[in-house]
Formats: sequence, structure tokens, C-alpha cells
Amino acid sequence: MPETTRGASTEVDVTLRVNGSVRPMRIDSRVTLLDALRDQLHLTGTKKGCDQGACGACTVLADGKRVLSCLTLAAQCDGRAVTTIEGLSRDGGLHPLQQAFIRHDGFQCGFCTPGQIMSAVALLAEGRAGSDEEIREFMSGNICRCGAYPNIVAAIREAAEM
Amino acid sequence: MQAFQYIRANDVASAVTLVSGDPGAQYLAGGTTQVDLMLKDGILEPDRLVDITRLPLRSISRDGDVLSVGALATMEELAADVTVGERLPFIREALLASASTQLRNMATIGGNLLQRTRCRYFRDPLVAACNKRAPGSGCAAISGAARMHAILGASEHCIALHASDLCVPLVALDAVAHIEGADAQRSVPLTQFYTVPGDRPHVETVLKHGELLTAIDIPLLPLGTRSGYLKVRDRASYEFALTSAAVALTIDDGVIADARVALGGVGTIPWRAPEAEAVLRGAAVGAQVFLAAADAAVHDPFTVPGTAFKVELAKRTLVRTLETVMEGSA
Repeated sequence: MPETTRGASTEVDVTLRVNGSVRPMRIDSRVTLLDALRDQLHLTGTKKGCDQGACGACTVLADGKRVLSCLTLAAQCDGRAVTTIEGLSRDGGLHPLQQAFIRHDGFQCGFCTPGQIMSAVALLAEGRAGSDEEIREFMSGNICRCGAYPNIVAAIREAAEM
Repeated sequence: MQAFQYIRANDVASAVTLVSGDPGAQYLAGGTTQVDLMLKDGILEPDRLVDITRLPLRSISRDGDVLSVGALATMEELAADVTVGERLPFIREALLASASTQLRNMATIGGNLLQRTRCRYFRDPLVAACNKRAPGSGCAAISGAARMHAILGASEHCIALHASDLCVPLVALDAVAHIEGADAQRSVPLTQFYTVPGDRPHVETVLKHGELLTAIDIPLLPLGTRSGYLKVRDRASYEFALTSAAVALTIDDGVIADARVALGGVGTIPWRAPEAEAVLRGAAVGAQVFLAAADAAVHDPFTVPGTAFKVELAKRTLVRTLETVMEGSA
């Protein structure tokens, strides 16, 4: 078992509730929520972009709030409810925002898309899709280097009006 | 990165005892600075991390004309507070101009006050010269690519910026920090909480190792006070300030009865501008007095080629904020 320089354990027992499933695990304390989701639970829909809190690709919901999983230690999420892009589908069908992103071609390479959609799900819940300007401001934490922003805004606007 | 022991604190006293008695221990709150500097940049290397996020320090409550904010309230929670919207609107503006919603959901108010500088030389362990990280080693930013750096409170020892937006109106308001230590509690006005780097840039605040920021008290603005926060930056959203200004004016029959002014994006600490307040107080509202206040605010700057533009930009930012705050008045 890994130890610190003075012999204390650096492993931690964590139970995440991910997309409704209880997932206990024993992990190194350094593991981020992002790496726990991808490497331990094999939920690779959540993407590692900058891995430093600057791009939004790793956005998930923790207890319903959008957060960056790359700057969150998995240990901090013990007992918390985490929702990832894999948890959005309803009865086997796509979430309305996923459908809207497809209809409006809200992506090019697609790498930022799971983070964009998770962020947009929260944006709608926050009531911040009142105008294109408001959508742009409150989606600014999600960077799209392909520049699909106009179509992303259009997809979110349509989902907000549904 | 060095392995560390993770401990979740159950109460304030045990958290403070744990960290105070252990030079290798540090606190973990929202993590947006701490995890970044530990896991990603390799700048911080605690061997014990004490998670305080489940301590009961999250409430926001009003007592008369003071808003008491628990250090673990998030930036989004404070921005959504009804009293902030009604009586401290420029705090709300500063919060919503900060970072992104994801980061504001994570970042705590205590953590915002204690955030570390964004100076890229401080955050790069391969850079040898950083007086803040390695006392006496020099400053790579002075001769490097400086732009997001300070011009006030800066010197050849350090030009690292305190990048908080929230702290700008907070120092203007004379907010007070409540601190829990192993042996005693104390309260420190934010205007005395930060230390100008001088030749000791590694010392940033009056906090001793193990002392925990538990709450801040924010005096409400008097009814009828006009306030505003303006942030100038390289892109429209999700970017640190090049310059910013927080202003609160109480106007009585065209005369400035009281003025509070602070600047962001330019100081090694959140920068209160008492010289500008002195120019404004008692003066009639007008363009000339606003210009004079801006000149008074940005005095004795220390600039390098990359930051020289900030002298004029900071003045114009303050003038614009003063004008905006007065717009629509009779």
C-alpha cells in the first residue's frame, strides 16, 4: 500500500453514486473525479481536455450542480450523486439537449460535446437560457476549438423553448 | 506529485488542530487552486490534506447592516443571495464576472480570498527564479512575458497579481475576515489581511500556518448608494481582469458625500484606493474630479514593458466606472 514519507496511508475508500448506481472503490488519494470516472468506472464519455480547469470538457453534475471533474478529488465526492453524459438518456432515448445538438450540428470534432451538453443541462436548470447573450455568457466555461458556438447556442435555445 | 494522506474534517476545532500541529498539512476547500497547484502544476506538496468542505461554514446570514458569509459558501451561492442583489450589487457583478459557472459552483469565498497568483512563472516549477515560491531566487516575470501582472504594490522582487474580482469590492467595503487559530480567534479587516510583497513575496497574508478563515462580515451599502464593478479583459467572458474597478458613491444634492474605490487587475494585493476616495469625497460630481481621482488612484506604479499599458488603462477603467455609476442620475 502506498504511504506518505511518514508512513500514513495514501489510499482512501470512496463510494460514488454515479448515474444512479452505487460504486464503491478504493483509490489513491490523488485520483481526480475525472480519472475515477474514466479509469475506474470506464465511463469515458467525460473527456479530459486541458486537465487544468480551463476548457470545460470534463464538466459533470455533482449533486445537480455543474463542476469540473478534473479539479475535483474523487475522495471529496464520497456519498455524492454524480451525473455524467452516460446518465442523460431516458428510456434508452437521447436527452432533448443531445437531440438538439444533433439537429443543429452543434459540434465538429465532438471532443468538447459531452462537457457542452452537461453544462447546458445545468444552464437550463439554472434558468439562464433567456437570450442568446445569456446563453453565451453562462456557457463561456466550455471552450470549443472547432468554433461550433453558433450552432451550440442554437441547440440550447431550441431545448430551452421546448 | 507527492502522495498525500486525505483526511475529512468533522469539526472546525479538530481541523485547525490537525493542520496547526503539522507543517506538512494543508486545507482543501473547493480545490480550484489547491488541486490545480498540487496535481497539475506540482507547486504545492502537502503530505496531508485536510478536507474542510463538510464543515458547517456555509451559511449566509444578515444581521442588521452586516452580511455574514461562511468561508465555505460558494461563489454561485453568494451571487444568488437576495441581500447581495439588493444591497451589494457590485459584489454580485464581480462574482458573475469571475471564472465560469462550473468553477463558481466549486470555489468557496474563503478560497477566493486565499487564491494564489496566476503568474505563470510562479506556477511553473521548471522556472528557477521566483521569490514567491523560492525566497531569494529572483523574479523571472520582470524580464519575461508579463501582461497579467501587477503594477501597484509591485517591485523588482515580485510583480505577481492578486487576481480576485470579488476581493476588489470587498476591500472597498471594509469587509472583515474571521480567523480560527489553534489557541485563539481573531478578526482582521481585509484591508490589513493582505501583505504587500516588498522583499518577502512568499508572505501573502497575515494568516499563520494552520489558521483557518471561517467567515467574512460584509457591511451593507447604505440605501441609495450607487455601486458598480467594471472588468476589462482580453475576451468577453471567462478571463482574468487586465484592469477592473469597484466603486460605491453616496450622492447628496450633486455632491459626493461618500466614496469607496478599489482596483483589480493591477495590484499585488486587492487594491483599495484611499487617495481617490479623498479626491472624490466632498467634491461635486463631474468629469474633472473623476480624472483627478483616477490620477490619485494609480500613483507610483512599477511597470515592465508588458504591463506599462495598465497605468492608463486602469485610470480609464476607474473613470468609466465612476461615469457608469452616475449614469441616469438627475
